[in-house]
Amino acid sequence: MDIHDFYDKMDRNNILLSFKGDITAELLTSILQIIESKMDNMQEEPKLRKKVYIVLVELLQNLYHHMDDPSLEEASGEMARTAIFMIGKENNHYNVITGNYIKNDRVPILKKKMDEINSLSPEEVKEYYKRTLNNGQISEKGGGGLGMIDIARRTGKPLFYDFAPINENFSFFTLNVVIEQ
Amino acid sequence: MEVIVIESTPKTPSIKFDSKAGKLEIKGRSIPENSVEFYKPLVESLERYASSPATPTQVDIQLEYFNTASSKCILDVLKRLETIHRGGNQVIINWYYEEDDEDMREAGEDYQAIVNLTFNMQQVELD
Repeated sequence: MDIHDFYDKMDRNNILLSFKGDITAELLTSILQIIESKMDNMQEEPKLRKKVYIVLVELLQNLYHHMDDPSLEEASGEMARTAIFMIGKENNHYNVITGNYIKNDRVPILKKKMDEINSLSPEEVKEYYKRTLNNGQISEKGGGGLGMIDIARRTGKPLFYDFAPINENFSFFTLNVVIEQ
Repeated sequence: MEVIVIESTPKTPSIKFDSKAGKLEIKGRSIPENSVEFYKPLVESLERYASSPATPTQVDIQLEYFNTASSKCILDVLKRLETIHRGGNQVIINWYYEEDDEDMREAGEDYQAIVNLTFNMQQVELD
């Protein structure tokens, strides 16, 4: 592996932090602490800092809860357990990218949900959030399907996603969230 | 009479509930991975409290951040308080938000639109 090439790629994309591996609760705590202190050092505006922080929490916890999805156990160890996470800052916006394996049968459901969110105006997203908060059932993990709606609501931006087919059972799901001032 | 005191952590808020005084305070960050488990003792305590609540019940909520998993649990807490209010007992909700934190102010307004309780929106200055 060409480390310098790898370094250059990260540098060009202004990556502040990236991680590939098992997503544990301890890891989430560390990532959040690192990003918080980085934004502190960069003297980021409190408003943007909060937005980035809470979007990170939602994205990382999505990955974390995804890891104990029982259907993933059928997958080989690597596919089930690991994910990739990256955060970068370009000009005045942050990019947060996550990637993880997902069962093919989950793809249409997730795609439909994100397309629906992306089709709504900011006001409609707020209404959708409120409606889901009030009506949605709390899943065992406590999520209730609010995470994606909340991210769209806070950023006011579409959810950029991709599903790359891997084999007959799995795809690789990439989500890119843009956070602006 | 029940007293709950939970210290804050980087992922969970402090909770102080004194059923005799009718005072509940939730303060800090609420971003635990398992929010249902975290809020369970408070929700259960409020269920018991509803049978003989103090008058009034004063609730101070001052959150810096909360994740969506917590937002459901906070609604659960507010719904318990709404039951107490519906039973003819006064419930005062003070919802604190840092100046410029429109998201947190809106979150309070969203809750107010869902539950039948009056929120006093209190702006606090940044540290």
